[in-house]
Amino acid sequence: MEFLTANLPYILAGISVGGQYALIAIGYTMVYGILRLINFAHGDVFMVAGLVMVYLTTVFPMWLSIPMVLVITVLLGFAIERAAYKPLRNAPRMSIMISAIGVSYLLQNCALYFTGGLAKVYPQIPWISKTVTIGGATTKMVTLITPVIAIVLIVVLVIFIKKTKIGMAMRAVSKDFETSQLMGIKINAVISATFIIGSLLAAVGSMLYFSNYASVVPTSGAMPGLKCFVAAVFGGIGSIPGAVIGAFIIGICENLIKGVGWTTFSDAFTFALLIVILLVKPTGLFGEKATDKV
Amino acid sequence: MKKILSLILVLVLVLACAAGFSGCGGGGEAPPSGGDSAPTDDADTGGEPAGANEVVYIGVFEPASGDNGAGGKQETLGVQYANSVQPTVEINGVTYDVKLKIVDNESSNDKAASAAADLVSAGCSVVLGSYGSGVSIAGGPTFEAAGIPVVGITCTNPQVTEGNDYYFRICYLDPFQGTVLANYAFNELGIDKAYCLSKLGDDYSGGLVNYFVDAFEALGGTCIEATFPEGNSDFTSYIATAQNEGCGVFFSPVSTEAAQLIVDQADAQGMSMPILAGDTWDSNVILQAASGKNVNITVTTFYQEGGDPAFDAGVKEWINSDSANLSNNGGDDTIAAVTAMGYDAYFVALAAMQKAGSTDPADVMAALWDTTYDGVSGAIAFDEIGDAIRDVAYVKTANVETGAWDFVTVQGVE
Repeated sequence: MEFLTANLPYILAGISVGGQYALIAIGYTMVYGILRLINFAHGDVFMVAGLVMVYLTTVFPMWLSIPMVLVITVLLGFAIERAAYKPLRNAPRMSIMISAIGVSYLLQNCALYFTGGLAKVYPQIPWISKTVTIGGATTKMVTLITPVIAIVLIVVLVIFIKKTKIGMAMRAVSKDFETSQLMGIKINAVISATFIIGSLLAAVGSMLYFSNYASVVPTSGAMPGLKCFVAAVFGGIGSIPGAVIGAFIIGICENLIKGVGWTTFSDAFTFALLIVILLVKPTGLFGEKATDKV
Repeated sequence: MKKILSLILVLVLVLACAAGFSGCGGGGEAPPSGGDSAPTDDADTGGEPAGANEVVYIGVFEPASGDNGAGGKQETLGVQYANSVQPTVEINGVTYDVKLKIVDNESSNDKAASAAADLVSAGCSVVLGSYGSGVSIAGGPTFEAAGIPVVGITCTNPQVTEGNDYYFRICYLDPFQGTVLANYAFNELGIDKAYCLSKLGDDYSGGLVNYFVDAFEALGGTCIEATFPEGNSDFTSYIATAQNEGCGVFFSPVSTEAAQLIVDQADAQGMSMPILAGDTWDSNVILQAASGKNVNITVTTFYQEGGDPAFDAGVKEWINSDSANLSNNGGDDTIAAVTAMGYDAYFVALAAMQKAGSTDPADVMAALWDTTYDGVSGAIAFDEIGDAIRDVAYVKTANVETGAWDFVTVQGVE
């Protein structure tokens, strides 16, 4: 019991970060499942969602800003796909990957230009920024609701993929890109839907993440992006449950390592984990064997 | 139709790209081979027409983006204000217009050398800066090779001037500051266990924590040291450890960007122990972050607002007169100590040029050793390493209700 009380803050922080990572990791894993593309710009879309929120709340009230952030982020994700990836659909895979890296730096540098390079303080969202005490640990409400929101959204997503027509199309496309095209699936619509879902979840993730760590800089998306990518690989890239479990494991381990006192190695751990997983189980926890790879 | 649509989207993207890059200036990601961080030709030097006067260039080597962007901008403001007060200098009976060449070293050790090279090629007689010891150490050799003297404004790490004859500085050093802070924590706050947090690979916070630990343990206290990596924004676990270990003070002399997050999370986790930090935290960024929160922040610094009322009033008027200045100062007219130091550094540079009777960098460098100047932050003179001779630091604490700094004491070391 004593052990639990002492470590509760680390576990809480870990679960909450894990939930935020999960929402971003899904974006990586879905795009990879369908396009076999690692969308390096995804972490920066997450950062832009944070910045958009900062700027919108200076003009609009909070209840209006939140849906607007979701819409703008979705449009951004959609536009990136149409402008930077779609024209390269038949190009070698490497070209589209380089294009993704280009978009990532473009977003970072545009953000640098608009913010002047200074950190922007993220607005307080009422209620979820409230301070609560549980079991002797004081934390923000957002820490508690993040895993709940993450899991609800993920369940909805899984149902969406299993039960709806477009979800079925996604599963088909992820299995065989060319054949599904020949079978009359509108491939562009499916890919756009993937990017829209990924961006939407990234926007929700950014609200939760920045409510906890209330400062946005142009490079804010880089580290979470990289870690979520690791989470996606860890869980088996292409698999949604895998990405979620991977994200929670990384979030919790990272914070426990800080709790033990090895603060210097908390990031090194994440990437060491990546190497070990790739050596031992190259397809990740849930990779390859699972039939539906959306 | 679809082709046209995608063509339009590409066009929009390219235009956004062009806007992004033309605006970024120093923000480009080009390799250090040149072209990167071109000097922002800051022409607004007081507004007077150049006339027939000769021109002397003073380089301003400061971060305007990255971790230390906020502080670097405030320090640059001090130099710009000084330049608006005194836009000309008379050297041997010839009046020169002083023009500032401002570059952005992006708070990044690997960009510092190319930013420094830009100042060298711009033909500066003397350079001021930088905020942040890491970039000063990284840029130092470039200035040394070019034979241009540099007056460090608030880079407190000893390695900045050590072994580099061309680097001077007008602030106190970290061994002094760390000892002052340790004395303050141990004697004034009566604490014997401290939690020390620094950023991995950061010369400033790492150095200052080391000196603090040395001094604090010499006094009989114990320290728990921790580091966080670049890009980290989750400090909850560090705060939890400090609380679990029963530490009496949270010493975290880190960049203001990380400071915002630490203050916010300390409040959310109900951390009641005082937060102690060095000169970087003396910034309105911290005041804004702490405003209305239940935190106790104490810093050591170079200058206390109110130390020179005439200077304070002048700066405030100048900052409020231009919205660009106001936003560079973080949105209000609180005077950061680094602004006062930037102001003093400019006049030290002018004094050195007048003493040298020349604008040649080598002559200025030779004259700097014996230059003395009575600035708003106190009397400035250099010792044989090129460091300022200073023996007091101001201790002040953030008032979370008024959003201003409250003066606590002037602290020295025995």
